[in-house]
Amino acid sequence: MSAAGGVALGMVGGAIRISTPFLFVSLGECLTEKSGRINLGLEGTLVMGAMAAYGVSYLTNSPWLGVLAAGACGVVFGALHAWLCARPRVNDIAVGIALMLFGVGLAFFLGKPLVGPTAPHLPAVSLGWWSGSAPVRSALRVNALFVLGLVTTVAVRFLLRRTRWGLILRTVGESADTARAMGYDVARVRLLATMAGGFLAGVGGSFLSLFYPGSWNEGLSSGQGLMAVALVIFARWDPVRCLWASLLFGAASALGPALQSVGVTSGYYLFNAAPYALTLLIIVLTSSRDRALVGQPAELQVAR
Amino acid sequence: MGIGVTIGALSPATEKSPEAEAQAAASAEGRRAARRRAIESVAIPLGAIAAALVVFGIFVALTGRNALAVYHEMYRGSFGTWFSFQNTLQRAAPIMLTALATAIPLRLGLVVLGGEGAMVLGGLAAAAIGIHLHSPFSVKLAMFVTGALVGGLWSAGAGALRAYRGVNETISTLLLNYIAIALLNHLVEGPLRDPASLNKPSTFPIGDDNMLGNLPGLDVHWGLGFGLIACLIAWFLMQRTTFGFSARMVGGNVRAALLNGLPVRRLIVVATFVGGLGAGLAGAVEVAAIHGNANAALVTGYGYTGVLVAFIAHANPLGVIPVALLLGGIGASGGLLQRVFELPDATVNVLQGVIFIAILFSDSLCGRRWRRLPARAVTE
Repeated sequence: MSAAGGVALGMVGGAIRISTPFLFVSLGECLTEKSGRINLGLEGTLVMGAMAAYGVSYLTNSPWLGVLAAGACGVVFGALHAWLCARPRVNDIAVGIALMLFGVGLAFFLGKPLVGPTAPHLPAVSLGWWSGSAPVRSALRVNALFVLGLVTTVAVRFLLRRTRWGLILRTVGESADTARAMGYDVARVRLLATMAGGFLAGVGGSFLSLFYPGSWNEGLSSGQGLMAVALVIFARWDPVRCLWASLLFGAASALGPALQSVGVTSGYYLFNAAPYALTLLIIVLTSSRDRALVGQPAELQVAR
Repeated sequence: MGIGVTIGALSPATEKSPEAEAQAAASAEGRRAARRRAIESVAIPLGAIAAALVVFGIFVALTGRNALAVYHEMYRGSFGTWFSFQNTLQRAAPIMLTALATAIPLRLGLVVLGGEGAMVLGGLAAAAIGIHLHSPFSVKLAMFVTGALVGGLWSAGAGALRAYRGVNETISTLLLNYIAIALLNHLVEGPLRDPASLNKPSTFPIGDDNMLGNLPGLDVHWGLGFGLIACLIAWFLMQRTTFGFSARMVGGNVRAALLNGLPVRRLIVVATFVGGLGAGLAGAVEVAAIHGNANAALVTGYGYTGVLVAFIAHANPLGVIPVALLLGGIGASGGLLQRVFELPDATVNVLQGVIFIAILFSDSLCGRRWRRLPARAVTE
């Protein structure tokens, strides 16, 4: 196989393998931000989710229970975030940073005994059965959570665009005053949106510990939760574009290892920064000092 | 007409007294409000820290350990002995400096998380200078100046993107942190690598001549002096200069600042630059006083601790000093907790997180506004 083919294959494999946590976290953040609140603490939720999923999977031998436990952790963190943000004079960005530090710390604390043991993994199917080449088969191994992520993408889009709940959620995100005048409880809607977002972020974390990289340790997350906020801006608050953005991120993250596998080792670390540089570049190019970003919920403060 | 009659009827008998009374009442009211604010600004954060300690104590008790014994060890490991206190001071120094990277822009209502990246690159730049040159004083000076400048420019980049392109500074600084760490890894693995550093890729050492000494009479390096002086300068800059006044006005109300003709964009860039100077200096201090070369050990998380400190101190550079000491102390006691109670090293992170959450919650109890920025800054 040619070197370019190897790199391309590595990136396709990366897009499938690495994108899943990005997808779940960005969908969760998208849901939360659509309600007009930003949750910068999803990194904490993600790492907590990864820890909880691994622990529960190890104890019960059921990875799917682990995924549920991760989601439950996310719900609790989301509720805490929303409750704190609903207090007067509390800055949601600061709350996000606090919950990020707290969540990561708590996960490392509680997850200390889980560093050694192996837990059962989530199942995966290979779409590469037609190919005789081992790298192709391994690149096309698709995890069940990835498929679930695709379904969730469509579901979130449907929820936001075609349902009454979605309309209420978007109203709260565009104008809290209007929503209040129509008799909706803004704090409650945001609470539910943040809890749902936390659930998705927790599930995204479970992918990290239960499939790829596939074990629990303290260097597990490479900032997927932090990147969620940037990804959602990148995706212009649209679930389907969150999917494309996550795939692009997965591919960009795989650039360094893919080049290394064909013998290009210089600049390995610079290529590792590719997803971050790419996001920054795109945000810089699409921002303007005179107007808000297209698609941005008007109540949202962070992207102002 | 009714008004005139009233005044006419009242004025001979009571002379100036209603006004004076009203004035006296108003000033008493004002004094009371000021006193209440002053008490609040100290009592509420202290109460929040106490509440956080109780919550964390319960958490520790749930793991089957004696919470009071844990706190006793923490005290011994941070402030209780001269040795541990010096360790605390040494840790507090870089935190004070990185906190400024967040605290100063926060005064303008900007949430900057870029202390970590600015610190990493500041350290790298200082090492790059120190490796090649050896002349005790001038090179040392050049190391710190370059480190600070690189940190300042890196941070000001995010400020400029915010000011001239409308790029959200929280997101851009976050991304720039990752990019800075990748740059560090790239340079210490490649162009700047000392072949002798096998397991832990590093730059060449800067040499003993270029190392930063200790403060006279203490076992604490000069970084502490830098940190204290930087906080004092930052306080003076924000409270006693035109720049600080303008910056606080931007934080109070951007529209009012624009209407008054303040150069808001330039103020944003300058504030992020000044803040970044602190974080860059922190990196230079870490290299020159602790590591002796630049490597991945520069990625300490002090940048994020600095964010925590800046928020707890409500962006007040003088408040940064005690808060940095507190968090430095918590960090310093981590090792002892691991040894004595076999608690994981993440214990101190949990405690920091609990304190941060408690402090944020306590802000909602104060009588003053604290939303995106301290509006207090304007009324002062």
